[in-house]
Amino acid sequence: MKENLYNFILGIADNSLILGQRMGELCGHGPSLETDIACTNISLDLFGQVRSYFQYAAKIAGDGRTEDDIAMLRKEREYKNVLLVEQPNIDFAFTLGRQFLFDVYHLAFLSELQKSTDLTLSAIANKCIKEVSYHERFSSDWVRRLGDGTNESNQKIQEAINSLWTYTDELFHQTKADIAMVEQGIGVDVTKLKESYYMQVGQLLEEATLEIPESKWFQKGGKEGVHTEHLGYLLSDLQYMQRTYPNMEW
Amino acid sequence: MSTKNWPLWEIFVRSKNGLEHRHCGSLHAADADMALENARDVYTRRSEGVSIWVVESKNITASNPENNGELFEPAHDKVYRHPTFYDLPDEVKHM
Amino acid sequence: MSEEQIKNLEEQFEARIARDEKIEPKDWMPEKYRKTHIRQMSQHAHSEIVGMLPEGNWITRAPSLRRKVALLAKVQDEAGHGLYLYSATETLGISRDEMYEQLHSGKAKYSSIFNYPTITWADMGAIGWLVDGAAIINQVPLCNTSYGPYARAMIRVCKEESFHQRQGFEIMMKLANGTPEQKDMAQDALNRWWWPSLMMLGPTDDVSVHTAQSMKWKLKRKSNDDLRQQFIDQTVPQAELIGLTIPDADLKWNETRGSYDFGEIDWDEFWQVVKGHGPMNKERMKARVGAWERGEWVRDAAMAHAEKKQERKQKQAG
Repeated sequence: MKENLYNFILGIADNSLILGQRMGELCGHGPSLETDIACTNISLDLFGQVRSYFQYAAKIAGDGRTEDDIAMLRKEREYKNVLLVEQPNIDFAFTLGRQFLFDVYHLAFLSELQKSTDLTLSAIANKCIKEVSYHERFSSDWVRRLGDGTNESNQKIQEAINSLWTYTDELFHQTKADIAMVEQGIGVDVTKLKESYYMQVGQLLEEATLEIPESKWFQKGGKEGVHTEHLGYLLSDLQYMQRTYPNMEW
Repeated sequence: MSTKNWPLWEIFVRSKNGLEHRHCGSLHAADADMALENARDVYTRRSEGVSIWVVESKNITASNPENNGELFEPAHDKVYRHPTFYDLPDEVKHM
Repeated sequence: MSEEQIKNLEEQFEARIARDEKIEPKDWMPEKYRKTHIRQMSQHAHSEIVGMLPEGNWITRAPSLRRKVALLAKVQDEAGHGLYLYSATETLGISRDEMYEQLHSGKAKYSSIFNYPTITWADMGAIGWLVDGAAIINQVPLCNTSYGPYARAMIRVCKEESFHQRQGFEIMMKLANGTPEQKDMAQDALNRWWWPSLMMLGPTDDVSVHTAQSMKWKLKRKSNDDLRQQFIDQTVPQAELIGLTIPDADLKWNETRGSYDFGEIDWDEFWQVVKGHGPMNKERMKARVGAWERGEWVRDAAMAHAEKKQERKQKQAG
């Protein structure tokens, strides 16, 4: 099995999986019907992406595991998503702030992945990028709205951005598999995306009359499977059926 | 607080190029940009559209059905506006 | 207007409906027509929105990615359908916020079936198959109802809901054909949802208060009992097909009627739930009110931003 490629794909897919799951939690509990429908659309897009990636990963693994086995039957330490996406939905500001901080990265990442020499991955990126462009637009609009809304909303989104900021640096870390994939022309050199990421995010925060956090300390570990305490609970929901009723079809 | 609720918008969707925009329903949004985004998420979930118009409902002026008589009935007897009003010899097949 | 004039208008109005003409928002209509429609349509909208909760309960735990996206899309559709119906009701001169207020204060009703808990995955199957099945039977005739905006909303709803029942039936079928444990899970869900689904089609004709008037206005085309019979007749063979047993010892094919006879429905239970004493009434309302209250600052922020944007635009232009 092409282990590096497999791990590289999981790294991408797990972000969508965990973020999709977080967004899905909100279905039926949004601040308005319209927003509820929009957030569910994002969740659906992300799960769609997850399926494409995991179906490909399953093929590469070639050991009979399915997309669901890969999505739902790994141990906590085997999930490779960044810490940012597993952070909980504390309120709408956290949800949209998290989405925004991820979307800006995600969009830049996919536009590079489109150039991958791996044709399956570039095709997936090609399809996903349209969805993610919309996510980025949607979450940016909301950050702008909340920042430039009422005092209360300004405070709330500022607080969310401040808290989530510490998880942004990890987006640009590379695992062993990532590096190997860059060398083969398959992967994306995320270190090169960092500068424009912070510039773009900074610009929008400014537009939203928000302050750019000045944190020097960043959390990391997700990509290596060392997560925050939040992930375990998310996984116990995600995996509940597969764990309780092993080896069944649904 | 919540003194002001999101206003109502009327949504028009063009299902494909070559066809007109058609009214498909309404929704609430704080402003036009949001109305467009919401319309995209609410009314084109199943690929129903290629273009969207949004108009705040309060900006639509509608005719009053009580005036339907004077507005629309006078057109009923103007049969000369329709091709069937005119006699053609049978020999002329298409005109 | 004099009483006679009103009576005259009412007669013309009823005649229009009898001729199958549609009534549109700005048309004159009797106050009772408006009120009845507001009540039924908002109740219908509330049912869609509250109906998101029992199924939403399983989104994070769906057993496969395929099931997860289908369930998400279905629950999202319910939000959409609530939205279409609220919008249609707004044409009668009531705002969505007022309708929410009625729901949250307990003044407005919603379908009582959503006050039952969803305790296993099979409940997703049972709801799609039975609850949506019963809902479709109720809804299809409404595509032809007399009030234009309601009829149009229902056409959209029915078109979109066509996958909902299949989604549920597929879940049930898969379980029924699965391991013994899965089959038990499916049977258990059928046992719990069967009777509430029958109740969902409304009280029996002899006690139903609104039927006659609703028939005239095409808010209803068939009586509750007829709808119930239709539902039973179409569902029993489906259950047989997948090897599940309808939990009714009195269920029997009646050759003369060409329909199934069925057992006594526990109407006490129905009225208990309607009156707010179902297993989940309080939780459902708490979830709705909570979402609305937690969303207040968000809605306010969007409005404040829209106004600021407008002001800036005007300043620039001026």
